Amino acid sequence: MTTNVDKTNGGPSNGANKASGPADANPVAKDAVTVVDPRLLVRQEGFKGYLTEFGRKMRSGDLGAVPVIVGIAIIWAVFQWKDSAFLSPKNLSDLSILLGGTGMISVGIVFVLLLGEIDLSVGSLSGLAAATLAVLNVNHGVPEGIALIAALASGAVLGAVHGFFFAKIGVPAFVVTLAGLLAWNGLMLQVLGTTGTISIADDSFVRDLTAHYFSQLIAAYGAATVATAGFFLAQFLDARRRKAVGIPSRPLSEILVRTGVLAVIVYAAAWRLNEYKGLPLALVIFVAVLVILDFVVRRTSYGRKVIALGGSVEAARRAGINVVAIRISVYSLAGLMAACGGIMIASRIGSASQQAGTGNLLMEAIAAAVIGGTSLFGGRGSVWSALLGMLVIGSISSGMNLLGVANSVQYMITGGVLLAAVVIDSVSRRTQRSAGRG
Amino acid sequence: MAIVPNGPVLALRGISKRFGAVQALTDIHLEVHAGEVVALVGDNGAGKSTLVKSIAGVGPADEGVVEWQGKPVQVTRPHDAQELGIATVYQDLALCDNIDVVGNLFLGREILRAGVLDEVEMERRSRELLQTLSIRIPSVRIPIASLSGGQRQTVAIARSMLGEPKLVILDEPTAALGVEQTAQVLDLVERLRDRGLAVILISHNMADVKAVADRVAVLRLGRNNGTFDVKTTSQEEIISAITGATDNAVTRRKARSGEVAK
Repeated sequence: MTTNVDKTNGGPSNGANKASGPADANPVAKDAVTVVDPRLLVRQEGFKGYLTEFGRKMRSGDLGAVPVIVGIAIIWAVFQWKDSAFLSPKNLSDLSILLGGTGMISVGIVFVLLLGEIDLSVGSLSGLAAATLAVLNVNHGVPEGIALIAALASGAVLGAVHGFFFAKIGVPAFVVTLAGLLAWNGLMLQVLGTTGTISIADDSFVRDLTAHYFSQLIAAYGAATVATAGFFLAQFLDARRRKAVGIPSRPLSEILVRTGVLAVIVYAAAWRLNEYKGLPLALVIFVAVLVILDFVVRRTSYGRKVIALGGSVEAARRAGINVVAIRISVYSLAGLMAACGGIMIASRIGSASQQAGTGNLLMEAIAAAVIGGTSLFGGRGSVWSALLGMLVIGSISSGMNLLGVANSVQYMITGGVLLAAVVIDSVSRRTQRSAGRG
Repeated sequence: MAIVPNGPVLALRGISKRFGAVQALTDIHLEVHAGEVVALVGDNGAGKSTLVKSIAGVGPADEGVVEWQGKPVQVTRPHDAQELGIATVYQDLALCDNIDVVGNLFLGREILRAGVLDEVEMERRSRELLQTLSIRIPSVRIPIASLSGGQRQTVAIARSMLGEPKLVILDEPTAALGVEQTAQVLDLVERLRDRGLAVILISHNMADVKAVADRVAVLRLGRNNGTFDVKTTSQEEIISAITGATDNAVTRRKARSGEVAK
């Protein structure tokens, strides 16, 4: 989302120039627009222009990921001050693994929220996927790969079932997925049968998903280098292509600053992770999923259709978008991601149990997406909000556990953070409207 | 302004449409030439929208012939109309507030490059399109939500131009707009005409009609109630045709039959 939002700012300079050009037959109109729309202000090239633009965006309510990043910084500072073990390599490494499970589920929720809908069944689906995997593999001796595929497929298919009832039959998504929440939890208990908890073997691939570390130093630093270089190249080539066809592009200085910020973050993370056991496989999987799905949302016509549906169903329909197919596919994706998350969680815990997918899991997944900045009102958000939101929730619970704070207090604090996030979302929408409307 | 001498782009001959017990349209005739703006006026319930829907393929007519560039055609689906080159901009615009101008212009017909959205090419073409239509908006990369009503209308019209239509139907384009924004939209309508397009403009506002239309087709109670040349007709004459106050035997008879129908 950040990149998308920022791209909008390339525009004003040219737009304003054009307005003062030969087409200036109607000066009154231009003035009227200039007064009401802050974005018409000419943006200076270079780094100073970037800063003023940034300030202007903040004031007009276009906050992007800033509140959540500030929030994470505060949370980390407070916990580090209270207990120096918080930013220790072990704790950070554990946190990075913890993110993956609920984070994966949250990514699916982001897609559903982009549609402007909700999915309450993802917790139960994640538990069911874990149970399916364990029962097939451990109890029935099905090869691990096939059991994994079956577990993932169960999520995708059952998600599609929700989508079908919502999109085709017209049952409100809230009700369909609430039914799913109950039904699939029941099915999970049925599948587990009398055995109850099924342990997953320590030497299995599934266990490795969260237990494996790439311990060579080069792995983490190499990944950081690939991420930084990839980011820079993508931005640089895009800017060059834009310049070639004569539309506003990001100045090189801005690209360098952005790359620099990213480099500091990823290399710091790599350094910290290498201090412990190295780069966790779970983190690699989670980030890879984020990168791929972020690309899907922002750069493919499928993602564009999902966002369009979140903005206006009628407009999307008239533009020839197959509303039913998109809705079913998004619910199916949410189910698939829930299954991924369920498997990651089972891998971390080392078993599939009757408690899997119940309790706070669903609420945490939804809260993470919202805290990370994805709007509950549809059409606005980013896949990365799953990571940012999970960082907030994960940091709070990890820090509180270190300090020995009771669960009761943790829940209350997480609830408060969620409320704050939604308040920021609502207020920023209002500010945006009053600042942006003409 | 120049009316192209050869035949009409679109000709409606004897269009009729019924909804249950209501005869919404009776024997409507209408011709639109390239490079001409035809205003379609009439009181509420006169059948303007029904007529437009029959042209746009949303609600096909029961009887009558639609001729496109001299040949009779069947327009039974919106897709048929688009294929022919008829673009319709409805009153509720159908734009996505949360997507930027470029995204809205290309919604449903995104340009892909190796399977990926080609934002650069779409932005370039959007700028080109908006420039040729002299549409001024702050930036093509701001969400529609940040635009004023008039700017949204111009974006919606520009979007209809992407399919390179020959006929553009505008349903009440100035209904909810302020003075300045109305002027912008009317300027745009004139530019469409100057580019050789045929335009059907539905409007309630006589000032708008007088300002941009070449001819005015009046509908009253689902029937033709005269076609007027804007330059030689006074506003009062048009209004009396709309309200049915025109003083001639034919309209008086129609008015009477209309009241009986009520």
